Amino acid sequence: MIVGGLALEEAGLSLLMPMHLRLSASGRIIGIGATLGRILGRGGLTGAAFWDRFAVSRPAGVTSMGDLAARQGQRLVLSLPEAPEISFRGVGAAEAGGGVFLNLSFGIGIIDAVRRHGLTHADFAPTDLAVELLYLVEAKAAVTEELRRLTHRLDGARHLAEEEALTDTLTGLRNRRALFAALERACAGGRPFGVMHMDLDHFKAVNDSLGHAAGDHVLREVAQILLAETRAADTVARIGGDEFVILLPEIEGPGGMQAIGQRIVDRVARPFDFEGRPCRIGASLGLSFSGLFDDPDPDALLEDADKALYEAKRQGRGQIVMSGRFARQGVDQSG
Amino acid sequence: MLGLINSAIEGFLRETYGAARWREVLRQAGLGFDRFEPLMTYDPEITDTLLAAATAVLDRPRDALLEDLGHWLVAARSGGRLRRLLRFGGVGFPDFLQSLEDLPARARLALPELDFPPLHLDEAGAGLFRLRFDEPFAGAGAVLSGVLRSMADDYGTLALIDWDGAADATITIHILAEDHAEAREFDLVHSAI
Repeated sequence: MIVGGLALEEAGLSLLMPMHLRLSASGRIIGIGATLGRILGRGGLTGAAFWDRFAVSRPAGVTSMGDLAARQGQRLVLSLPEAPEISFRGVGAAEAGGGVFLNLSFGIGIIDAVRRHGLTHADFAPTDLAVELLYLVEAKAAVTEELRRLTHRLDGARHLAEEEALTDTLTGLRNRRALFAALERACAGGRPFGVMHMDLDHFKAVNDSLGHAAGDHVLREVAQILLAETRAADTVARIGGDEFVILLPEIEGPGGMQAIGQRIVDRVARPFDFEGRPCRIGASLGLSFSGLFDDPDPDALLEDADKALYEAKRQGRGQIVMSGRFARQGVDQSG
Repeated sequence: MLGLINSAIEGFLRETYGAARWREVLRQAGLGFDRFEPLMTYDPEITDTLLAAATAVLDRPRDALLEDLGHWLVAARSGGRLRRLLRFGGVGFPDFLQSLEDLPARARLALPELDFPPLHLDEAGAGLFRLRFDEPFAGAGAVLSGVLRSMADDYGTLALIDWDGAADATITIHILAEDHAEAREFDLVHSAI
């Protein structure tokens, strides 16, 4: 090939463009780069017919040397009939005498092509960014993998933190977990304490008629009342939808609890305002006391307060019921 | 500074000396957490604290420990990811050395926030190279020496690699026999991709 004063042997062309093809006017391969030759194997030997070995899939309708020459400078997409999934991109230039010089590279399917043909560094011209692309694919895969692991670990840490959290996110009160921890401490401490189990009356009706936002608003308002009507040392927890438990340390007997309970019942019974509309609910309370047990434990105390609450609900709304054990113990004492 | 180095130190100590020794190092360092995330950012001083603790607990000189780390990064780390990424640099070891000046830019292609110091390679004679850079942390030259030794092995090249220990570090690389042994296999496309 002679261009002006430039004379290059086939070997020199192959160094610069290891995937080039020189085609004669009749469509025969008369020169081929080393890498392309390796890919084509025997089919890429000089003298083979280009149109037997390659299909030009884009632009459409390129089926002759004349078509190829006419598309000079345009981007071509070519493939091998036996491996249509691996495509080449190429560009051609018409040579004097009707031949066409084509230079090819791999398109975006380079990874499959490299794997399929076992290509190495040496198969790419030093100016080709193909190896950089492969490097980048691998580096990005490594970074993505690391990010995936990080996300996984952070997610695990978040779950753990949630599990270990002690606060009810809706109301800011303590949650069930915190309540049990406080109950355990109180039981182990040996000092007398009271347990109040509270359930809201008509709460479901508020939720159903005014929506969950109203329900949430009511729960937050009730939480504020509970905090206002109890002492700083008391533990106020929401343990379920509209279920609250208050642990009252240093309580000597039922009298003090009853007074606190009554203030709560009275205040909860006042209508709440939600976006200009009144919400009416009430509170039922069941009370228990550590002194009623020889060996108090959290589950027994909660169950006892829950039974009293059940009785309060049964008696109507807005009631405060002491544990049945008070009465029984009273009988024992008098007897 | 990204946690890549800290996390590499952690991986190296865990794998080489065991989880118990690693916990001892952590206790000694008193950092208040028990693992490093490679892609999170840490105070650069933490690397020094960690290395001081490791040196004390393992009773091993800092530079020796760091050179072992460099070796481990290439040769032993599970999966050999860094080895592969470095092998993209060149066909043979001299070619790889020539590619080192591109390493910071390559690294930033993968991780734009990576703070990689510029590397300068001088060819001082036949098979004699000098690599100069400013250490991002004290002892980084030892890590890079370890990496280069392992890469020479990987390419099957016999080379003398000598770090001068200065903070504006120079590593001298003297290639004695380029094809001393069989190079480890390297496919441009990893089988896992």
